[in-house]
Amino acid sequence: MGAVTVADTIREITRVHLESNDGMLLGQCVSAVGWVNSTVPDCRNIVELPMSDVAGAGIAVGAAMVGRRPIFVIRFQDFLVLNGSPLIFYAAKSKELHGRGTPVFVRAIAADGIGPVHSGVLHGLFMHFPGFRVCSPMTPKEYEAIWADFLAHDDPMIVSEHRASFNNAEELIDRVSGDAAITIYPVSATRFEAVKAAGILAAEGIRCNVVHVLWLKPLGIDERMAGPLRRCGVGLVVDPGHEIAGASQAIAYELTRATGMPVKALGLSDATKCLCPPLQNRIPDAERIADAARRLLRSKSTGGMAGG
Amino acid sequence: MSMSRHFELGLVRAVDEKRATYPVYLSLGQEAVPAALSTVLRDFMIFSQHRCHATYLCFGGPPRKLRDELLGLPSGTSGGRAGSNCIQCHENGVTMFGHHGLIGENVPQAVGAALGSGKPVVCFFGDGAAEEDYVLASIGFASTHRLPVLFVCEDNNLSILTPVEKRRSWRVAEVAASMGMRSVEMTDDPWTVAERARELKSDLPAFMNIHVCRSNWHVGVGMDGPGEWDRFSLVETELEGLGLGKETAAVKAESADAMEALWAP
Repeated sequence: MGAVTVADTIREITRVHLESNDGMLLGQCVSAVGWVNSTVPDCRNIVELPMSDVAGAGIAVGAAMVGRRPIFVIRFQDFLVLNGSPLIFYAAKSKELHGRGTPVFVRAIAADGIGPVHSGVLHGLFMHFPGFRVCSPMTPKEYEAIWADFLAHDDPMIVSEHRASFNNAEELIDRVSGDAAITIYPVSATRFEAVKAAGILAAEGIRCNVVHVLWLKPLGIDERMAGPLRRCGVGLVVDPGHEIAGASQAIAYELTRATGMPVKALGLSDATKCLCPPLQNRIPDAERIADAARRLLRSKSTGGMAGG
Repeated sequence: MSMSRHFELGLVRAVDEKRATYPVYLSLGQEAVPAALSTVLRDFMIFSQHRCHATYLCFGGPPRKLRDELLGLPSGTSGGRAGSNCIQCHENGVTMFGHHGLIGENVPQAVGAALGSGKPVVCFFGDGAAEEDYVLASIGFASTHRLPVLFVCEDNNLSILTPVEKRRSWRVAEVAASMGMRSVEMTDDPWTVAERARELKSDLPAFMNIHVCRSNWHVGVGMDGPGEWDRFSLVETELEGLGLGKETAAVKAESADAMEALWAP
């Protein structure tokens, strides 16, 4: 038997929820074409939704209102623009307005390099609205942890998945050293690239910390997050979403506010993700992350750096 | 019906006297539909629309808590945080979920609640909401899965002030029927509404498009002259014709007194 991957973990968590917890799973085309990258089990309590995006999300919200704790699968995260209104306008507001939570587990699956409406990462948008818990698990144990968190709370949760993680069976551990020159805070699929970037920089004699970001909201800047930044004096947040007004900028701002240290953001440029190279506007890879780190360190050494 | 009428007349006075300062969405003129359905659908979960005071009161929500919600008090139905178009009730054997003001949002929720619980649901919405794509898709989903939902379109012919005929060429009752459910179109005579609901609830989903006459503006207490009809007065007349004038007057006086006391400064 091979190592347990993220896809295996999602599938088994889902199976237990549907078979033993009387949970539900709803989504479009979830029981065909590979069962959403082998993340959906073949079992009861699965509801195939018609191609009615807003209604489908509203139906999932309604199921949450009567206690089914539904898993709502969105095969491509871009579709949150359509699916979002019942989540934003109702699920996220019901607890504060009415004292009644609407716990719906939204599996928002991201990808890269497959065109303008199938490659987006929109978790930053949902960090903006009150009432959501937002996370981006990339490892099996992280997925187990965020699922336990979902069951322990009654809030709607946006789970920003990424197809790049589904075959991953390894845990991603923070790399922190006392003599690091910079701390990198990667999010989602950029975490795999940030680890590679740290190797590239190490080969050049540049030590860098890598502090993985699982929770986007609440962000929870604790000593694990802030300590390495305070010690090295400069940070870089890397995110696969658009940089402008996105998660990378928001987290960089919060880190600067918490520590007083300058932190820069690296995300997608302000351009559409086209289908073909060189216009795909792909997520920051190891080379881009390493290059951004080098530029930051040069700027720091010449005194040209400001916070945020 | 009488309690709802007099509750809202008290609310109008409170607004005029600037004791109630938040926006209000009045049911005045439209009370007959929830009054009739509340006699037939007692065990149904309720997903109301934004214009929901009459629904809340007719199905058994405590008037005092509604008043307090409209005044923004912590003792209101949602602690004074939600307001007129977001009324909920989870007591007195009533399960009524609060709307948030996004027109038609409650329709897919009602369908999802029926799907998730298997329990019967009544879902109220207006003729404007019936035009939302997600409302039509939800009605279709309920038909596909034969969910126990009674859809009730309280059709006052107005989206704010724009009449149906300027907005669409189709009839929502016919659309619902084409999706494979029983569907009726009627006016708000409460005896007929109750009778048809009694028939329909045995084979859900089903759809009722009920023509009503809103007395006041979409929001606020303003009026543009008398409505085309006032069902409350028509019911009074009908009851008097049945020889129930004395009993009708007593019910009216009792609710008027109670609601006047409720809204007293």
